[in-house]
Amino acid sequence: MAQSYEIDEKKSLTSKVVTLRIARFNPEKDSDTKFMEFIVNVEKWTTVLEAILDVKQHFDHSVAVRYSCRQATCGSCGMVINGKPRLACFTKVSELQSEVVTVEPMHNFPIIRDLTVRFDRLFNTHHKVKPYLIRDDSEITSNTKEFLQSPEELEQFIQFSNCIKCGLCNSACPTMATDSSFVGPQALAQAYRYVADSRDKGKDTRLKIIDESHGIWRCHFAGSCSQVCPKGVDPAMGIQLLRGYMLGFRS
Amino acid sequence: MNPHDEHKEGIGGMANPGRYGIERVAYWLMRLTGLGLLGYFVAHIYETSNILKGRVGWEEFLALTQTTEGHIFMTLVIGMCVFHTVNGIRVMLGHGGVGVGKPARPDYPYLPASQNARHKMGIYSAIVLAAVAMMYGMAVMFGE
Repeated sequence: MAQSYEIDEKKSLTSKVVTLRIARFNPEKDSDTKFMEFIVNVEKWTTVLEAILDVKQHFDHSVAVRYSCRQATCGSCGMVINGKPRLACFTKVSELQSEVVTVEPMHNFPIIRDLTVRFDRLFNTHHKVKPYLIRDDSEITSNTKEFLQSPEELEQFIQFSNCIKCGLCNSACPTMATDSSFVGPQALAQAYRYVADSRDKGKDTRLKIIDESHGIWRCHFAGSCSQVCPKGVDPAMGIQLLRGYMLGFRS
Repeated sequence: MNPHDEHKEGIGGMANPGRYGIERVAYWLMRLTGLGLLGYFVAHIYETSNILKGRVGWEEFLALTQTTEGHIFMTLVIGMCVFHTVNGIRVMLGHGGVGVGKPARPDYPYLPASQNARHKMGIYSAIVLAAVAMMYGMAVMFGE
C-alpha cells in the first residue's frame, strides 16, 4: 500500500518535484515490502541520500537508512536506486532522469529494516581471502626496514585497493542472486589485490581458498559488478586476471 | 523460510538482462542457448534412437524435421549453436584474462576496462553471426 506526502519547505525557482518511493520492511513485523511515496523538491545537485534525509527530517523519521561520510568514501549508503545498485550519496536525483525515484535495500543482503542491510557475509568472505600481506618477516625485522616497490609493481594492484566494501558489486552479481555460498566479486577482487602485490608471499594460501566449487569458478564474467562499482575497482577484471593466472594463461 | 532472510534476487534477477548493458544480455543469452542446446542434445539422442525401429520407423520420425515447425526448430538450433560457440570463445578468452584490460589507477567516471570495446564487439559479432546463420539455414530449408 502506497502513501503519499509532500514537503513544501524546500520549494524554490530552480527546484523540481519528484516522487520518492521508499521500500519499507521490518522483518520482525512485516510479511512483505511496502512502498511509501513522498513528493520531494530537489535541485540539480540534490543526491538521493539528501532526498531520503529530507523525508526523515520533515515527515517520517522512522525510515531506516545507513550513511556516514556523504562523499562516496565510507561505503555505507549502498541501495538499489531505480533498479540498479548505487551509492545514495554519489547519485544525483537529476542524473536518474526520472520523475519517480524508487529506493530499495540492496539485493543479496539480509534486510535489517527498510534500506538497511546486514554486511556480515560480505565481511566474512572478505576476511576469508586473508586481506593482508602474508610473509614471514616484517618491516620492523627486515634489514631494509621497508618493503620497496617500483611504481610498475604498485600499478598492478593499486586499483583494487580502492574498494570501500560498499557491497554494490555483490548486489549486482547474477551468481550471488542464486548461490548463497558464492564468495562474491568483492572478496575475489581483494584476493587478486593481494596476489598481485609484490610484497605478499601468501599467494598459494589464498588461491587454495578460492579454488573451490563456490569460489572463483562460479564467476561467469557478466561484468555487472564492474558496472556498478562507484570507485572504479573493476572486480571483473581482477577476477579474470586471477583466473587466468590459475589456468596458466598468465604468469 | 522467509524470502527476506537473504533477500536474494533469485532467478528473476539473474535473468533480467535490462539493467547492466550488453554484457548482461550476453550472459543471459549464453545461459538460455546453453539450456536450449542441452534440450536439443536430449532430443537428438531420442531422435537417433529411432533407428532401432528399423528403416520405416527412422524415416517416419525424420519426416517430422521436414515440416515447417521442424524447420523453425532447426533454425533456432542453428542460431543457438552459433551464438553459444562464438560468445563461448569470447568468454573463455576473458576467463583466461585475455582482453580484459590492464590494472591502472582509475579516473572518474570510472569506466571499467574489462567491459571494453573488444568484448562488446565480440558479443555483437556473436549475435550478428547467429542471425546470419539462421537466415542462411532458413534459406536452405525453406528454399527446398
